[in-house]
Amino acid sequence: MNPVLKLLIEGGSLTTGQLAQVAGMTEPEVNQHLEQLKKEKIFLGWRPVLDLSHEAAAGAVVRAVIEVKITPERGGGFNRLASRLARFDEVESCYLMSGGYDLLVFVKGPSLQKVASFVSEKLSTIEGVLSTSTHFMLRCYKDQGFLLDQGDANTSRLNVAP
Amino acid sequence: MNNDPKHWVARHVAALPKSGIRDFFELVAKMKGQDVISLGVGEPDFVTPWHIRESAIFALERGKTYYTSNLGLIELRREISKYVATHFNVEYRPDDQVIVTVGVSEALDLALRALCNPGDKVMFHQPCYVSYHPSIALTHGVGIAVPTYAKDNFALTAEALRAAWQPGAKVLMLNLPCNPTGGTCSREQLDKIAAFCIEKDLIVLSDEIYSELTFDGVHTSIASLPGMVERTIFLHGFSKAFAMTGWRIGYACGPALLIDAMMKVHQYTMLCASIIAQEAALEALLRGWDDVLRMREQYHRRRDLIVRRFNEVGLKCHSPRGSFYAFPDVTATGLTEKEFAVGLLEKEKVAVVPGIAFGDNGAGHVRACFATSYEQLIVACDRIERFIGGAKGTKA
Repeated sequence: MNPVLKLLIEGGSLTTGQLAQVAGMTEPEVNQHLEQLKKEKIFLGWRPVLDLSHEAAAGAVVRAVIEVKITPERGGGFNRLASRLARFDEVESCYLMSGGYDLLVFVKGPSLQKVASFVSEKLSTIEGVLSTSTHFMLRCYKDQGFLLDQGDANTSRLNVAP
Repeated sequence: MNNDPKHWVARHVAALPKSGIRDFFELVAKMKGQDVISLGVGEPDFVTPWHIRESAIFALERGKTYYTSNLGLIELRREISKYVATHFNVEYRPDDQVIVTVGVSEALDLALRALCNPGDKVMFHQPCYVSYHPSIALTHGVGIAVPTYAKDNFALTAEALRAAWQPGAKVLMLNLPCNPTGGTCSREQLDKIAAFCIEKDLIVLSDEIYSELTFDGVHTSIASLPGMVERTIFLHGFSKAFAMTGWRIGYACGPALLIDAMMKVHQYTMLCASIIAQEAALEALLRGWDDVLRMREQYHRRRDLIVRRFNEVGLKCHSPRGSFYAFPDVTATGLTEKEFAVGLLEKEKVAVVPGIAFGDNGAGHVRACFATSYEQLIVACDRIERFIGGAKGTKA
C-alpha cells in the first residue's frame, strides 16, 4: 500500500513534514502523494478533532444522530435519496445501514431548535422519507480515536530506565 | 560498640557498583519541568492495550485476589507453552517445565541462584543489560564478560566466546536481541555458539525478552537448535512485546529438574507472581497478538527514522535488527559518551544513556530508545543535529 495512505489510515496527527520523515521521503514527495490521493478522491481533506465540552468551545454546536427510514426507488435503490440528504450543510455524515432503519445521519447545528427545525421542516418532509428518530448527543467520551478528558497516567513514565 | 551501619552490609553487596544509569537518572530528574525529551527509557511508550487492562479489572471484580500455585496459574502456563511452541519452535510441558515469575529479572535471578555454587563462572556478553553482572555477583558467581564489537554490529560471535572462555565456566547468559545495542546473532553464529556450548558443557540462560521486536529476518531461539533444549533455560516475559512493564510478569521454561530447582527458590522468596497480573498476561496471550504486530510496525518505522537521522548527522549507527534501542557511535563529535550525553541533556534537553553504563565496550556510544512518538523523535533528532553542529563548532 502507498506508505502515505497507510499513515493516514492509522490516523495520527502528523504534519506533512513529519509524515515525510516517518515514511523516509522528502516533503515534496509526500505532497505529491497527497495530491495524487486527492485526485483519486481517496484523500478528501483534513478536519480537526475538538473537545466541544470545553468552556472555550461551549455552546458552539449541538449534535444529533437521526435514524431515517426511506423508500428505496426502482433503478436507484437508496442512493439518490441518500445523496440528496447528504448535501444539506447540517449533515456531517450519512451512512446506509443494515437493520431496523436505512440511513444513519449525523447532523449538527448552532442550537437545539435549529437542529429540530432542520429535522421537522427539511429532512422529514422530503418525499420518500418515511420516518425519523432523532437522538441528541449529551456527552462525548471518545471522538475519532481520541479519548476526551480521561486523565490517563502515561506521563508518569520514568525518564531514564534500564 | 560500632554504630556505623556500614559494617552490617554484606561484603559482596557493598562491593556492587551503583548502576551507571542511576547517576544519569538523577541528573535528568534535576531537570524536571524543562521540556526534556527522553530517549533514555527502557520500556514501550504504549500503554498496555485496553482489553488486557480490562481483563485485570474483571479478575479483581471476580474476587481473584489470592495466591496462585508457585509455578503460576496452570491456564497461563498452558498458553505460555503453546505460545513458545508456536513462536520459538520449542516444546515445554506446562505441568513441570514452565514457571511464571515476577518479570524476567526474577527468572534470571532464580536461574542463577539455582545453578551457581560460590565461585562458579558465568559468561555474559557485553555491553549488556545493567543487571547481568551484579546478578552474578549476588549469587556469589564469577562473571566473565565476552566483548561484542561495533564492527560486528554488536553481534555475539563464537570466536569471541571461545577467546573469553576459561576452564570451569558453567553458565552462558544470552540476551538476543540485546539491550542496549540491539545486537542479534546470525543463524550461522548461533549454530556455532550452540556447538561451543555443547563442547564446553555450558548451560545457557537465554533472555529473549526483545524477540518479538525483530524487524529483519526471523528470530531463532538457541533452545530450538539440536541438542540445546536440554541445556537451555528459556527466559521470556510480557513487558516489551505486550507493553506490560509495570505488571512484572515473566517466565522461564527448561528441563523439569532445573525448573524445579528454580521453583524452590521462588517458593521461599516470592511465593508466586501477582494473580491479577497473571490474569492480564493470560489475556495478552489469548488475544494480544494483533497488538504486538501493530506496535512492532510502529517501532520498525521509528527505527528506520532514527537510524537514518543519526547517520545523516554524522553519528555512525548500525540498524539494530531487534529491540527498540539505537546505539550510535558518538566519537566523531570529539566527545566521550558521557560528555555527549550530559552536553546533549544540558544544552538541548534530550536524554540518552551513556553506553559505558552497559559495560566497557559501550564506550564511545550512547543508547537512544526509539519507543517514543514520531513527533517527539523528530524533535529529538533535530535537537541532536543542532547539538552536534554546536559541539563540532567548539572543537574546530
